Amino acid sequence: MLLIRCPWCGFRDQSEFQAQGEAHITRPEDPYQLDEEQWGQYLFFRKNPKGVHYERWVHVHGCRRWFNVVRNTMTDDILATYRPEEPIPVLSDEETNQPT
Amino acid sequence: MKKQINRLEHDARLNRRKSIRFWFDNRAYVGYEGDTLASGLLANGIHLVGRSFKYHRPRGIYTAGSEEPNALVQLEENAFTEPNRRATEIEIYEGLIAHSQNCWPSRKFDFGALNSWFSRLLPAGFYYKTFMWPTSFWMTYEKYIRKLAGLGRSPTEPDPHFYDKTYAHCDVLIIGGGPAGIEAATAAGQSGCRVILADEKFEFGGMLLSENMLINGIPCHEWIDSKISKLRAMPNVKLLNRTTVTGYYDYNFLVANQRVNEHLGPRVTINSPKERLWKIRAKHVVMATGAIERPMVFADNDRPGIMLASAIRSYINRFSTLPGKNCVILTNNDSAYHAALDIADEGGQVSIIDIRTNPSGSMIESAVSRGIRIIKNHSITGVGYSRGLLRSIEIMELSEDGLNVIGKKEKLLCDLVGISGGWNPTIHLFSQSKGKLKFDQSNHCFLADQPSKNNSVILAGSCQATWFLKDCMQEGHAAGCEAAKRAGFSVDGASDEINTGQIEYGALRPLWILPGSHPIGQGKTKHFHELHNDATVGDIHLAVREGYESVEHLKRYTTTGMGTDQGKTSNLNALVALSEIRNLSIPDLGVTTFRPPYTPLSMGSIVGYDCGELFIQKRKTPIHPWHDQAHAVYEDVGDWKRPRYYSQGKETMHAAVQRECRQVRKTAGLLDASTLGKIDLQGKDTRWLLNMLYTNVWDKLEVGRCRYGLMLNEHGMIFDDGVTTRIAENHYHMTTTTGGAARVMSWIEEWLQTEWPDLEVYATSVTEQWAVASLNGPNAREILQELTDIPLDEESFPFMSMREGQVANIPARVFRISFTGELAYEINVPARHGLALWEQLIEVGRKFDICPYGTESMHVLRAEKGFIIVGQDTDGTVTPMDVGMDWIVSKKKQDFLGKRSFDRTDTSRSDRKQLVGLLTDDPQFILPEGAHVVSEVKSKPPMNMLGHITSSYMSPNIGRSIAIALLKDGFNLKGQTLNVALMNGNSQRVIVTDPVFLNV
Repeated sequence: MLLIRCPWCGFRDQSEFQAQGEAHITRPEDPYQLDEEQWGQYLFFRKNPKGVHYERWVHVHGCRRWFNVVRNTMTDDILATYRPEEPIPVLSDEETNQPT
Repeated sequence: MKKQINRLEHDARLNRRKSIRFWFDNRAYVGYEGDTLASGLLANGIHLVGRSFKYHRPRGIYTAGSEEPNALVQLEENAFTEPNRRATEIEIYEGLIAHSQNCWPSRKFDFGALNSWFSRLLPAGFYYKTFMWPTSFWMTYEKYIRKLAGLGRSPTEPDPHFYDKTYAHCDVLIIGGGPAGIEAATAAGQSGCRVILADEKFEFGGMLLSENMLINGIPCHEWIDSKISKLRAMPNVKLLNRTTVTGYYDYNFLVANQRVNEHLGPRVTINSPKERLWKIRAKHVVMATGAIERPMVFADNDRPGIMLASAIRSYINRFSTLPGKNCVILTNNDSAYHAALDIADEGGQVSIIDIRTNPSGSMIESAVSRGIRIIKNHSITGVGYSRGLLRSIEIMELSEDGLNVIGKKEKLLCDLVGISGGWNPTIHLFSQSKGKLKFDQSNHCFLADQPSKNNSVILAGSCQATWFLKDCMQEGHAAGCEAAKRAGFSVDGASDEINTGQIEYGALRPLWILPGSHPIGQGKTKHFHELHNDATVGDIHLAVREGYESVEHLKRYTTTGMGTDQGKTSNLNALVALSEIRNLSIPDLGVTTFRPPYTPLSMGSIVGYDCGELFIQKRKTPIHPWHDQAHAVYEDVGDWKRPRYYSQGKETMHAAVQRECRQVRKTAGLLDASTLGKIDLQGKDTRWLLNMLYTNVWDKLEVGRCRYGLMLNEHGMIFDDGVTTRIAENHYHMTTTTGGAARVMSWIEEWLQTEWPDLEVYATSVTEQWAVASLNGPNAREILQELTDIPLDEESFPFMSMREGQVANIPARVFRISFTGELAYEINVPARHGLALWEQLIEVGRKFDICPYGTESMHVLRAEKGFIIVGQDTDGTVTPMDVGMDWIVSKKKQDFLGKRSFDRTDTSRSDRKQLVGLLTDDPQFILPEGAHVVSEVKSKPPMNMLGHITSSYMSPNIGRSIAIALLKDGFNLKGQTLNVALMNGNSQRVIVTDPVFLNV
């Protein structure tokens, strides 16, 4: 079971959280500026990397806050957690190029 | 009752003052407190304890620990019974009952042993080969295979015990309470950090319990006792004996199973938990898990009376039992000589078969000086066994390469054989935690290599092939210090002087599969590398011949390592056999990953308290006690218990619902609507948020007015609906469906936190803060009038508005909204007053013949009016336009969640599934919900399916059955006649109508 650092509460068991898919998908400012394919990309298409993944989690059985997690999907190593308004953390080369 | 013929003089770890009587296969035996079932049976001269899985061969006790592959018994009877319990781990208690498994009619004469005669017909992979054709016959075979397969019997009654679960956090978790673990716990404990020391045995001491040596001049058992009592005195150290760490997961999360009171017997312990499952998050882990002795494989090596040499030492030194009088030790290394010396010390006859050509060194000298016969460079080629006991062995000289035997057979009389092929470090947990393993050429075993990055683990002692006691203890001490230091505690690194004497061991001969008088796989004898599942080296040859030559294939084809022991004594020998056959080194073959649990977990310990009444929570409204008294029949809506209908006398559900529905439209009805989701929204940007969440416009909603809204996801599909009311300038009260309350709350939080964090909106779930009575019907106003000072006339309290005031002397918010189409008031009061409000409404309503009604009538009443229920008439693929609710979708608003998706090609199709009404030809026929609507009925599927029935009822107010359906291109089908295919093969003709049936 993962040990996840909630940016508000600190380290908690994975069972207190829910994974909510890929992070940093911004809702288009004006959806009508998007053609059907672009809108389809926003709705349906998600990354499924083997390796480093930026994803959203919510501390659903805790403070109920949403935040972002950088996780290696191969090793389950959590490389960083950060609040929605915080900048995307810069990873070291070693972290980005973890064995897959 | 038999005398304990194999019991020795000394006490060892037994309490000789406390005799215990236990039963095995309906015979009584006596042992002592401190015995296991295995040691108790061996002390009484019993070797044969069961029959094997496939060939029903007689089997005995093979080990003295949790690695036991053979001595699996059915423990206890009736509701208490458990199959496949290891006799080597069961502590005996007064009145214990155990039975052998896989034997009929008895373990000495077993009918299934015929399998053994037909073993040519049961080769590896025989299920796959034999029962695969013709495919349709698998169903026939399966019944019989199931009957033959498996060991033991499952209980058929509910388990009377209960099982506990607990969480624990510690700085250092030490797995294994042997010498290394005890030293680690002492070192870490002295630093003041929180320590848990867990050991699977009922006593701490590990391998030292099987020793008789001196440590610093005192007997090693006394050393254990003094160390453990010092640890017990440390408040920061928790000692968990009878506790197996069964799983090691990410981020130092471990699961352990503690047998809390099984050793007291099932009948006296019903009031405390039988087992406890520990979920432990440790900052650092010290693995001091020891090593398991490795067997050698020879002809008929599965006979009772053959066991690991280390097990013999355990039985002598721990359990005061010498399981034979005339013993032979078969070894390829020096460590087994200790067993021979112990046997000699206890007055037993012993000789040693050492497969090495010229063993030398201090161990050999000790044995020689004691007059022990050492037979060098020989293999066992046959085993004489009869009537439950080992009688003799046959030996022959090994050829130079060890692959054949030469010379003449010699027969040795003996009743006990101890075997040793060296030691395998217990690295199962390390491998489970994604640690990498490496094959160590000098020790001929797998060792821990690279730990998983997200775990912090240190190994100490023989689990990393450190074989000498003093070194193990020093490593344990160092590991305890290091773990405590990593956890931020300061340690005094100095360790006590340790003196255990020093022994030099010679090298082992790397040979484990010993040749018999016939080539392996031929002749009558069998070489079992895997005792639990009856897999032989011959099976490995066969598997390779048939192409199953990778480790993963071999494992599945021969079932090696797939028993409840997970191959603790067999996996590596299988690899050796495979490497010899394929002429590849073991590192080139690879190894399969160990999986949790280390030893089997009971279903009870996994379930814990999550069963029976506690399986799922029951949410009850404040009015629930009244519903109980009124004979409500409940329906589960989410976790809520909602009255479905109120049964009067012997009334059926159908009759009750018809009565309730008529009554609501005739005079008045009362529904407990407390379960509706309620969200309190405050803040200056709430209106903006509502405009995004709902399809309609919220700009002009005045204070005190209510509005119905549909909520869509970004795909444009309906996912919830409800009425939201403006309580004050920046204060709204939102209601949601009962089942959708949590989903809507999360939805709002998600958008507020992730996309629009600048909005000033505070969302609070208030579902349980309000009790709601929904008063419906033509007499609703008259009834409410008697209980409130709120003016109720049409002008001062119009439809879709809210007034605050007193109802039945309780502060209330009254909403004039309706889900039945009748004049209706939803009266909200603080939850604690809900029951009082309800009782007064019923009391006042009595003269109007008011009728409490349940969710089933609510469904009928709303269907009569064509109101949808989200989740019943919609399923996440339905847009507002699909249900004919275009009127609620704003054309004016530039954006709201889901709007853009209306223009997607698929969403804007005109022939989507659309909501329509259906009327049957036969007005008395109620269509089954979920039934398929087809254009043309055929004698069998497939038929052209147009859609399905979402809601269907008998409507008393219309006087006929009604149904709602989602039909492809439904709007254009209105007026047409279609058919509904029924499960029984019949069909029903229906006319497509508007879904609004009652238009008054």
